[in-house]
Amino acid sequence: MKRRDFLKATGATLLGSASSVAQARPNLEPAPEAVGMLFDSTLCVGCKACVSKCKEVNGMPPVIEGDAVQYDSARDLSGDTLNVIKLYQNGQANQKDQEVDGFCFEKRSCMHCVDPGCVSVCPVTALRRHPKTGIISYHVDACIGCRNCTMGCPYNVPQFEYDNPFGQIRKCEMCNQAGVERIDQGQMTGCAEACPTGATLFGTRNELLIEAKRRLTLKPGDIYNYPCGDVNHPDSWHEQEVAAYQPHIWGEKEAGGTNVLHLSAVPFDKLGMPPLPERSYASISEGVQHTLYSYLALPAAALVGLSYVVHRNTRDSEGDSDE
Amino acid sequence: MSNYQPTGGRLLTLPVVLLAVIAGIGLYYLGLRFVHGLGAVTQLNGAHAWGIWVVYDVVIGTALACGGYALAITVYVLNKGQYHPLMRGALTASLFGYALGGLGAFVDMGRWWAFYNIFLPWNMNFNSVMLEVGLCVSAYILVLFIEFSPVLFDKMGAQKLRNALNKVLFLFIALGVLLPTMHQSSLGSLLIAMGYKVAPLWQSLHLQPLLALLTALTMGFSIVIFEASLVNSAFRRHEETPLLSGLGKAIVGLLTVYLVIRFVEIILRDKLGLVLAFDMNSVLFLLETALFVLPLIVLLSPAKRRNGRWLLTAALSMLLAGTLYRFNAFLFTFNPGPGYSYFPSAPEVMVTIGIIALEILVYLLFVKILPILPVEEKQQSH
Repeated sequence: MKRRDFLKATGATLLGSASSVAQARPNLEPAPEAVGMLFDSTLCVGCKACVSKCKEVNGMPPVIEGDAVQYDSARDLSGDTLNVIKLYQNGQANQKDQEVDGFCFEKRSCMHCVDPGCVSVCPVTALRRHPKTGIISYHVDACIGCRNCTMGCPYNVPQFEYDNPFGQIRKCEMCNQAGVERIDQGQMTGCAEACPTGATLFGTRNELLIEAKRRLTLKPGDIYNYPCGDVNHPDSWHEQEVAAYQPHIWGEKEAGGTNVLHLSAVPFDKLGMPPLPERSYASISEGVQHTLYSYLALPAAALVGLSYVVHRNTRDSEGDSDE
Repeated sequence: MSNYQPTGGRLLTLPVVLLAVIAGIGLYYLGLRFVHGLGAVTQLNGAHAWGIWVVYDVVIGTALACGGYALAITVYVLNKGQYHPLMRGALTASLFGYALGGLGAFVDMGRWWAFYNIFLPWNMNFNSVMLEVGLCVSAYILVLFIEFSPVLFDKMGAQKLRNALNKVLFLFIALGVLLPTMHQSSLGSLLIAMGYKVAPLWQSLHLQPLLALLTALTMGFSIVIFEASLVNSAFRRHEETPLLSGLGKAIVGLLTVYLVIRFVEIILRDKLGLVLAFDMNSVLFLLETALFVLPLIVLLSPAKRRNGRWLLTAALSMLLAGTLYRFNAFLFTFNPGPGYSYFPSAPEVMVTIGIIALEILVYLLFVKILPILPVEEKQQSH
């Protein structure tokens, strides 16, 4: 065997065995009654009614930039902003939903991952996935403020209040946190309720996935009657020409999928969506961690072995065993 | 009888005063952080949640404090008693490095007053790498203090306590080898969950813990060489080069394994093109690799290995390599997506420099007051 082949074989074995470690746990499955939202960028007109409603529901002040006091000018998520509408523009920026010389709007808020990174990395279980609804909630009483959730979130969603000496993490909890509980009361999220065009649509993940798939079968240029509010019993309908969708439902599979799904006519990477494989990073991380620390068996065995060796080695040199 | 003694000498020297001033400035800004919040002192933002406090003070600081760990493996596991004279110096540096790493983690915690939550069993998330790091580092700081306590017993003349501790010390020594193995590898595992944000050349996924552990060990051996050389020249003691060159041999083995794994991963995952792209990431990678390869070349030569100057050069290069590897992975090439950037503010940097100054300051005072460094002339242990 040539040296190079040997190295390759050894390496492949090493990588292979290391990878098989992560197979220990597949991606999590969607919660049985997962609720979510479908954001259709081709319907969004950038009115930011959802941003305003979100602040009202969650009791957060508007972010003011310069003299533009009539508008909330939050540019990104922060401790004061759980939902924001961002503008994509290119070149002349005069054609809606076109990648070149076009513009469109994109919603940024918690995607409520099926296999959430924030929940996986949090050392103190301050972030939890609801077993039924799949909503990712935050529990301030446990939080130590290490901000690993921000680092472990593919979308940089959990936001720490950096300007507050006694701050906490803030994130969208689907308007279902204690004291708000809109979902438990049979209501929908604030942003979906406020949206005039149905760009943000509320519903269960399954229903929204069906609706999203239906939209992808429509012919661009045809008229479609878009539901507004709750996909199950819409408040109103909104007729609009179908845009040339990207044949891709964001959140169906990305890193295990999300409960908030996105549709767009402009490619998602242009809208700042991250490059995600189908396998969740959380599942890989937990696979490694559980292989090494399952029932603390490996560390315990190592401790016994080490104690024996150290004891033998220090016993030989009595009187010198000072460390 | 002890083979160690205090070096003595004046405590209030110019270096001590300078270090105290630097530490004072750092503490001032640290005070501001507690009054006005993290945002007032740091440049942390919505996507860069970890800055130099976490990356330098905790991730790199504790790796640089692996001297006690590396030497404990050599002396107590591999039974090379001749290295025993270096033990207390290394242990002292490890204790300070880890204690200040713990302090760094604490002050960076956004909700520091609630830190105890991590010790409450009903809060623990056993999927979390951070939980392992938090618990394990805390436990190791305790173990380091116990391992260090014979120094204090010697100073106080508490022979009985010392004898009692000696009977069970082997357990703490074993823990002192196990715990760093666990959390130093976990510090690498922290990168896995960050996924695509970690640049491909540093995102080795399943291999993160192994690469982190190997580099932490080489950094541990290097810091022992570095500190011993520095202490010898600062206090005008005769050199311990023959001893140190043996540690150099250990570094050769570890470095070889590390480099083979690192490059095989890059080749098998088809990332070789990124190495030669000559963009910022590629240049950082090449610089980092050069710093890893230099000590390997130096230490492979038996003549250079026995030369104090070359040995120190190799150790320094190795320390920089391990430091850059961590900076690159966690900070320099970290890319959480468009719209965010991070560069530490001056006050933020001053806090980190202040903590380093404090560490050196306390080390200088300790070796003067306490029996930490080996007795001059004869250092043969029985």
